[in-house]
This record gives sequence, C-alpha cells and structure tokens, in this order.
Amino acid sequence: MAGTEKQPVTGAGPFNGVLTWVDQRFPLMQLWREHLAEYYAPKNFNFWYYFGSLAILVLVIQIATGIFLVMHYKPDAAQAFASVEYIMRDVTGGWLIRYMHSTGASAFFIVVYLHMFRGLLYGSYRQPRELIWLFGMIIYLCLMAEAFFGYLLPWGQMSYWGAQVIVNLFDAIPLIGPDLALWIRGDYVVSDATLNRFFSFHVIAIPLVLLGLVAAHIMALHEVGSNNPDGIEIKKLKDPETGRPVDGIPFHPYYTVKDIMGAVFFLIIFCVVMFFMPEFGGYFLEYNNFIPADPLKTPAHIAPVWYFTPYYSILRATTETFMWVLAAGVIGYSALIIQAVGARAVRLAVAAIAVLLLVGFFTIDPKVWGVVLMGAAVLIFALLPWLDRSPVKSIRYRGPLFKGALAVFVLVFIVLGYFGTQPVTTEGTLLSQIGTLIYFAFFLLMPWYTRMDKTRPEPSRVTWEGAH
Amino acid sequence: MADKELDAGKRRFLIAATSVAGGVAAGATAVPFVGSMLPSERAKAAGAPVEADISNLAPGELMRVEWRGKPVWIVRRTKEMLELVKESDPKVADPTSQRNPDYTPPYARNEFRSIKPEYLVVVGICTHLGCSPVDKFKAEPEPFAPDWKGGFYCPCHGSLFDLAGRVYKNKPAPDNLPVPPHTFLSDNKILIGEDQKGA
Repeated sequence: MAGTEKQPVTGAGPFNGVLTWVDQRFPLMQLWREHLAEYYAPKNFNFWYYFGSLAILVLVIQIATGIFLVMHYKPDAAQAFASVEYIMRDVTGGWLIRYMHSTGASAFFIVVYLHMFRGLLYGSYRQPRELIWLFGMIIYLCLMAEAFFGYLLPWGQMSYWGAQVIVNLFDAIPLIGPDLALWIRGDYVVSDATLNRFFSFHVIAIPLVLLGLVAAHIMALHEVGSNNPDGIEIKKLKDPETGRPVDGIPFHPYYTVKDIMGAVFFLIIFCVVMFFMPEFGGYFLEYNNFIPADPLKTPAHIAPVWYFTPYYSILRATTETFMWVLAAGVIGYSALIIQAVGARAVRLAVAAIAVLLLVGFFTIDPKVWGVVLMGAAVLIFALLPWLDRSPVKSIRYRGPLFKGALAVFVLVFIVLGYFGTQPVTTEGTLLSQIGTLIYFAFFLLMPWYTRMDKTRPEPSRVTWEGAH
Repeated sequence: MADKELDAGKRRFLIAATSVAGGVAAGATAVPFVGSMLPSERAKAAGAPVEADISNLAPGELMRVEWRGKPVWIVRRTKEMLELVKESDPKVADPTSQRNPDYTPPYARNEFRSIKPEYLVVVGICTHLGCSPVDKFKAEPEPFAPDWKGGFYCPCHGSLFDLAGRVYKNKPAPDNLPVPPHTFLSDNKILIGEDQKGA
C-alpha cells in the first residue's frame, strides 16, 4: 500500500481531492516537481533560451495542423495535387490550416537553427551535456527527413524533382546504391508508390520517433541540469540547508512565464508571415511547386527549400578539380594530427585513413564524394563535444580565436545557404568551394584553436546582464 | 528452490540463447516488411517498349517520349550540330563512351552516340542526381559556359552535355546521358526499349 503513504495534494483548491486520487495511482506530483516546480534552472537565462520551448510549440502546431490536413489530403499521384488545391479553396479554413503547417515547417528550422546556435555560443554541448546534444542531433536529422518526406506530398514540380534528386543521392553509394534507391522509391522512378510510402513516413513513422527523441532530450537535460550564458555549473554551489542551487530558480513559475512571453512574440511574427506572406518570396513555398509534377520536365531552376541549401551548396561544390583541393586538405590535416599525437598506433591509423581517402578521391566519382561531404557536413555537429577543447564553455570568457571562428562560420553557413538557392555560376561554385573548406575547417581545426585561444577565467557565480 | 545456489553460468547461457532466438525471429519477421517496399509485380511489369513516330521531327528539333516513366529525347541533328559534336571532343570527359558500358549499347558507342548520326536517342535524365537537363542547342556564350558549343544544361547542379549527350569534363555528372536500347523499325519509326537486331 505504498500509494496511500503519499501526502495528499494541497494548493489546488477544489481539485485537491481528484489530484490526490490520481497521485496515489500515478507519479503525477513527482513528475510535476521534477520537471517543473522543483526543476532548478539557472537564473541568468537570456533571449537565446526561448528557442527550446518554442521548438516544442512548433512541434505541437505541426502535429495539430497535420491531423486536420490528413482528413482532406489524398496520397495518390493522380489526386494529391488536386486535393491540396481542394484544401486551399474548398475546405472551410483549409487554407489557414495548410499555411499554418507550411509556415510551421520553416519556423521549425529557424527555431532549431537558433537553438543550435545557442549551444555553440554557450558551449551547451560540453561535458556533462554530450548526450543531450546527440539526442538533439538525431532530432535534427529526423526533422530533415520529416521535412523532406512532407515536401513530396503536394506533388508539385519541386516536390517531384526534389525527391528525385535526394533519392538519387543514395544511388551514388558504391555497390548497394542503385538497389537501395530502388527500394526507397519502390519503383524505377519517383511514382505513386514513392508518394504513398513518403506519406506513411511523414504522418506516422517519423513523428513517433521525433516525439520519443524529444522526451529523451528533455529527460537527459533534466538529469544533468541546464547550462546558462556563463557556461558554469550551478549545481556546484548549493544552499547547505535546502540543497538547492543558489543560482537556480524553479522552472515553474519563473521560466514558464518567461517562455509564454516568448511564445506570444513568436506567434505574432508567425501570424504576420502566415497571413501576409505565407510564400515568403518563394523561400517557404516555392513557386514552381504550384505546377503539378511532370516527370518529363525539370523546372528551369530547381533548389531545395531554404533550410537545406547550405548542404546543397556543399554537394554542388564537389567537382573534379575540387577533389585536388580536398586531397591537399586531407594530407595537411593528417600531417597536423600526426605531429600532434604521440601514440604510434594512432599515427599509423591516421596515415592509413588518409591514404585510403586519397585513393578513394581519385577512383570513386566526385558525385559520391559530394554526397559524402554533404552527409559529413550535417553529422559533424555531433562531434562538437569532443572537438572543443577550450577550458571555458561560454563565449563570454572565450578569446578572439573562437569568437572570430564562430562569426566566420555563421557567415559561411549563410553564404552557402544563399548560393544553394541560386542557379549554378562559375563564381558561385568557387565561393561555395571556399565556403565548404571553411565550414569543415571550423570543426576540424577546433581542437587546436580552442586550446590556443586566450580565455578569461569563469566567474564562480552566474552573472546577470540586468545587473550591469 | 529458494535455497538453491544461483547458477550464474546457466543464467548467462539462457539469456544469450533467448536473445539469439529472439533476434533471429525478429530478423526473419523483418524480411516481409523490407520486401514489401521493393517494386511491386505491377511496377515491374510496366516497362514495355514504346514506339516513336519521327516523321514530323524537323531538323534541329527535339521530341520527348515517355519510356518506363522517364523522358527519352529524340533529337534530329543538323550538319552544323554534328560539326559542333566534333568540336566538343576535347571538352568532354568520355568521348567514345567507354566508361560505363551499361549506359551506351555497342551500336551507339561512337562519336555521335547513335545508330544514324542524324538521330540522337538518349534518356533525358542527368547521370548525376536524376534531373532532366534543358536543351540549349544554340552555340552562343552562356552564363555557365562562355564558349558554349550547344548541348544540354542541367539546371540542378550545372552539368553540361554536348549535342551527343556526352558529359563535359569537371562537372558533377560522372557519365554521358544513357542511350536506351532502341532500333529503327522504318525510316520514320523508332522502337525504344528493344535492342537493334544483329548488333
């Protein structure tokens, strides 16, 4: 009879009785305390700490609007395009629900990119938060898959040719590639079979995984505690009487109220976009996608939706001549590692990998390496916890090397993103190639420049911007 | 039972045996699910050859035919266009289509990549990532190539192909545009999807 030993719930007025009844049968109050009322978050959260809760808000918007869109949408190559038109024109409020969903997709990536940038600013990925970061990376991958599968559903020209290009990325994998691409498509070309399975992935498979991962991300966060703009551990200094971090405040009501304010501002901007510029100049909804899919004709200019374009630029930058630059990069980088590590086995392994890569560069098509580089550009974020060797976490106490590197990286990410939306030009390709090199250098050289950097000592208590 | 000592080795063995048996069962159960995503029998059956009537195709023009869901282009090349193909020889990566034998049947493994030099028949799908290139037949300066000799331009990733569907050097596409199996039924009819007899 362990349940009856619990204290009755108090402070909920007329609901005390019901909540006590539930609490004796379900760990209701324990969950409430651990994740809200007695989850102590650092008191110095700033603007950048809105985006985690905003990401949850957008996830809820996407799921809620998605449920209603599925009531009218037809996952059939012959009917899909017309059913989206039907939602836009004939379903009561259908246009609004669809624009919420399409604006939500772009908003999701904006929020997630800012959330990730916060991690870079304050070293939120560093020990002991590596696993939170890895869960976050898998969420990011799932989000990309979710966006990609969803984009095929309207069966417009960009849907069709976008899917064609991305599925063909798998075709580039040596040996198993062509069979794998065939298996993904379920046909020899992108067709009705492909549309049906993408619908299944988009509405059930990926969302289920995504929800589980979000739960894991938050559980891992609440296990180790939140980082903060000073990048110091508030758990190190606890009130001897209560055992609570002196620089922590309960998530509820302090941060629930703060996050509600963030949500209000976010929803204002969201509504302005949704009502007045849902296409966002062709960036959120591409104009070519208002033309039904035509398997015989690629639109004159095709580009992925904006959130994929930095990676798309990297894919396009990988040409035959660029392989020589890459080869030089691999030689230089392996030499750098070899002179930095003492262990003979590691040195030999690095040399062996470098030789294998060099042989691969000139025996396997540049097309394959373009795909490899694009994949590596996404996945390399996962290595941050181990690449960053700075004695401090937060940018506030880092030196000019890291600050400069991060500024250049953000600039390069935007420039690559811009060229990914543009048609191919000689200058664009050259700049994308330079951008690709800088992109990878930011990560791969991090163990060196973060250690060489002139850092300032971290404070023992969190500082509060309002105080100075 | 209760006072018997725990046999740790036996327990480990049972755990391992149960895991292996369960894993095998799970793997076997996955087979029909993975298999269900392969092309269906209906999709496999839909691949019959198609006939194209080229009697109305004027010199210098291109027509599109759908074969196995893919665009197939038939281009009737003029003498000038054939000259431009010759001029492109030093610019293309694989002038005689030796690299990937699957993409060019033996009867088209020549400079013009065709049975009759006048008629080019290629699958209009870029060998890079599967976009359909755009025809730019006029030999005039283009933003993507200042000394353009005419051919096809892929809008997706900038691969260039000459008027014989041969890929330019240093472009993302690794191979020439595939020539589908085809044969002339008469002077005005091409059958796409079947190899030329006696070739």
